Amino acid sequence: MNIPILSSLVFLPIVGMILVMIAPKNQHQFIRIIGTVVTGVVLLITVKLLFAFNPNTSDLQFVEHVSWIPQLNVFYHLGVDGISLPMILATSLLSFLACIASFGIKERVKEYFALYLLLVTGMLGTFLSINLFLFYIFWEVVLVPMYFLIGIWGGSRKEYAAIKFFLYTLAGSMFMLIGILALFFASTPHTFDMLELSKNAFALRFQQIIFMALFFGFAIKVPIFPFHTWLPDAHVEAPTPISVLLAGVLLKMGTYGFFRISYPILPNAARWFSPYMGILAVIGIVYGGFVAFAQKDFKKMVAYSSVSHMGFVLLGLAALTTTGLNGALLQMFNHAMITGGLFLLVGVLYDRAHTRALDSFGGMWAKMPVYGGILIFISLASMGLPGLSGFVSEFMVLMGSFKIYRWMTIVSCIGILLAAAYLLYMIQRVLLGKLNPKWANLPDINAREIFTLVPLMVFILAVGIYPNLVLQYITPAIENLVRLLGGIPA
Amino acid sequence: MNSLDSLFFIHSELFLTAALFIVLIFDFFVKQKKWLGWLSFLALVVAFKISPLSYPTEGLFFNYYVWDPFTFFFKAAAYLTIGLTILASLAYEKIPEKQQGELYVLLIAMALLLTIMGGSTNLLMIFLAIESVSLTSYLLVGFQKFDKFSSEASLKYVLFGSVSSAIMLFGMSLLFGATGTIDLTRIGFLLSQSTGSEIQHIALVGMMFLLVGIGFKISMVPFHMWAPDVYQGAPTPVTAFLTVAPKALGFAVMARVLFLAFPHFIHKWTHLLTVLSILTMTIGNVIAISQSDVKRLLAYSSIAQAGYILVGLAAPGPLGLQAVLIYIITYLFTNLGAFFTVLAIERNIGTNQLEAYNGLSIRSPLLALALAIFLLSLAGIPPLAGFIGKIYIFSAAIKANSIPLAVAIALNSAVAAYYYFKIVKAMYLTRPAKEDGIPFQNPLPIKIVVCATLLGTLLIGLWPMLVIRFVEQSITSLPIF
Repeated sequence: MNIPILSSLVFLPIVGMILVMIAPKNQHQFIRIIGTVVTGVVLLITVKLLFAFNPNTSDLQFVEHVSWIPQLNVFYHLGVDGISLPMILATSLLSFLACIASFGIKERVKEYFALYLLLVTGMLGTFLSINLFLFYIFWEVVLVPMYFLIGIWGGSRKEYAAIKFFLYTLAGSMFMLIGILALFFASTPHTFDMLELSKNAFALRFQQIIFMALFFGFAIKVPIFPFHTWLPDAHVEAPTPISVLLAGVLLKMGTYGFFRISYPILPNAARWFSPYMGILAVIGIVYGGFVAFAQKDFKKMVAYSSVSHMGFVLLGLAALTTTGLNGALLQMFNHAMITGGLFLLVGVLYDRAHTRALDSFGGMWAKMPVYGGILIFISLASMGLPGLSGFVSEFMVLMGSFKIYRWMTIVSCIGILLAAAYLLYMIQRVLLGKLNPKWANLPDINAREIFTLVPLMVFILAVGIYPNLVLQYITPAIENLVRLLGGIPA
Repeated sequence: MNSLDSLFFIHSELFLTAALFIVLIFDFFVKQKKWLGWLSFLALVVAFKISPLSYPTEGLFFNYYVWDPFTFFFKAAAYLTIGLTILASLAYEKIPEKQQGELYVLLIAMALLLTIMGGSTNLLMIFLAIESVSLTSYLLVGFQKFDKFSSEASLKYVLFGSVSSAIMLFGMSLLFGATGTIDLTRIGFLLSQSTGSEIQHIALVGMMFLLVGIGFKISMVPFHMWAPDVYQGAPTPVTAFLTVAPKALGFAVMARVLFLAFPHFIHKWTHLLTVLSILTMTIGNVIAISQSDVKRLLAYSSIAQAGYILVGLAAPGPLGLQAVLIYIITYLFTNLGAFFTVLAIERNIGTNQLEAYNGLSIRSPLLALALAIFLLSLAGIPPLAGFIGKIYIFSAAIKANSIPLAVAIALNSAVAAYYYFKIVKAMYLTRPAKEDGIPFQNPLPIKIVVCATLLGTLLIGLWPMLVIRFVEQSITSLPIF
């Protein structure tokens, strides 16, 4: 069999999209099956990739390299290494699970699944591209279906949230495009290839300017304080499966950009900017935590908790140590599982109660014991209970950054405290206390919903107990990155 | 080259002239005017097919007209636009049947005139070409003579047009007075010889006045005031045509004038064009935001698009000129497509108001999808044609180290996305006010043009190599520094 594995990953969803588009409009069940089968096969291919992947090297694997636009020296260049592999796994897994969670979508089903599959292509392509031009195209391809998915199937302020998300990200990516083109013209020979570019030694001044341009694009996506204001709107208004992908995958595209582009190509600027990134990280961690604590809306609380948790990724990036970067990348993977799970759980409750106001619940554990158990499990993971995955990565980040930015690290610990506070407070308001009689007849979580959550819980537990499960893949790539950065190999 | 030898290189133009008269004569006998449309279309295709593929080493007709790859490029663009416009006009019923024959005649004439405009290398030919293109445009705009808006638009166009022509002519007379020649290359040579003399100052003023006339054609700020009213009032196929072909040819003339006659003043006009292009894109985009008529919104958008194209000239060099040509091709397909789709929708809902577009994705999924793709392409979203154009424009600005230009394009792209998405939002996100289940009906020609432009928009985005190669060959004949 000679089918290129990465291309089939990226373009299988497009094939699915075309199938959905030619399917009859009213065959909702058929369209759902197409979506599920396609994302399921993507997940299977990813698993196959996982087993075929050689974890002992930092080189790119399964490389596909074909000339595309020779005049601009643009290549169709895909490859996977330890940095992108966890992201691919998270993307395929969440795409599959969120697709099953999408069965609750009742109107305009055909359009929904067509756009959904296009989104999957965009996300996988972004993580697999080694050519900056290609990377930018996939990055933008993610944007358009996301606009529609929020804008058509979202909540009450969906139109506002959708265009806000779109314009913010587009503005950021325009500056990113300037940065990419400037890199192209500054390199000799002119190239968009990330590996070739990282071999160029650019002047510090130039690196700083480009770093800033790329930073706009990535920071808005992460989102890093103060570019985060689109996030609560988009997360809250988006339908549940889309929130899952938004928080689980799209936010990681931003930090992935640092790992893949900014750091290897602009190492001097990365070192120069690292204290500032550290400061922004700490602000994000603490600010996000406090704001999450103040939320009355369940989903908004989870959304702000993302700001806080993504701050840890940024802190690890700022530290520039092997432990810190390892932790940051692991935190990206873990956060995808945990927040994905939390958003699914919010969706479960919302589908039944049609409200997300935390204060309107109470005593749900008695009515929905299984739901309560899962919610507590994932919340504990999110607040960093030892033995679950969130703890490992946040601990590694803090350990990695402590030697470099002692005070920042100490302040960041407030974020962990805050996470415990807002999550326990949420559990108290939703699960404990007196049962609100309005919800006396709510059914417990059903089998389909449990099915979407179990794989996430498996990963949360497995990585928590044996972090090497993921770390073995990422460590060689991170060590290579630290060498490029000339950082502290500890 | 003398006139007799030159004839060989213009035989396709001669053929088209003959076709023009044949259509005009047939107009007296043929009752079914749509056959005239198809005939005109056929004539264009044949005329294009028989265009000479070899290029003479010297100018034709004693150097009044050149046939080079650059002319060929713009001839292709003009023919393509006009061919598609003729097909679209076949489906436009607002023009009285009796007048339709004349419409096709005028469009064929336009193809001829635009080709000449693209090949003019001296001031006299430039003036004649621009002036006759303008006159024909005035007629086309006022074609629905019983429509108040159409007539008003035409009158406005005439007034603005004649003033700017007068100014342009004044500039030309200054140039002629200063250098004693009307040949662009000769002017360039004489100006480079006269460093430090009075002639330079006169020529500089002449250049500015000349740019006014061309700026009017490409709707460059501050000579853009006519554009929204004209584009809104003109019959929709004519609007589609006007936003693309005369503008493209305006850029052709501008490039020739600046590169042949004024390479000496390069620093002066790059600064000037930098400012004007930023103004053009910003003003076009900002005013477009508040528009509630789709045609008018696209009119302002096309002003802004002209601003993007100007970047290619404001950042001169091989890449800048390539950017201009590539952007023109991508813009040609995208903008024509957008207007043709608007035309197809207008035929069915009878209005161009934005509210009428509410819920269009449910009433006509295919047209809504087509329009959405065109708008995304105009916004420069990959992997569509507009993105390739935008990449080149960005590249030109960055290659020339013009950070203000690059930042202006970036910010403007975000602003533009907002109003393009206003239409997308109406079509996809907003529910229709009332559900009337009348399915959309569109005749074959309009389906052909929408599909053709859609195909162009998608294919150029995915496989831009051919277009880029074509453009690279086209600019070999211009002296670039």
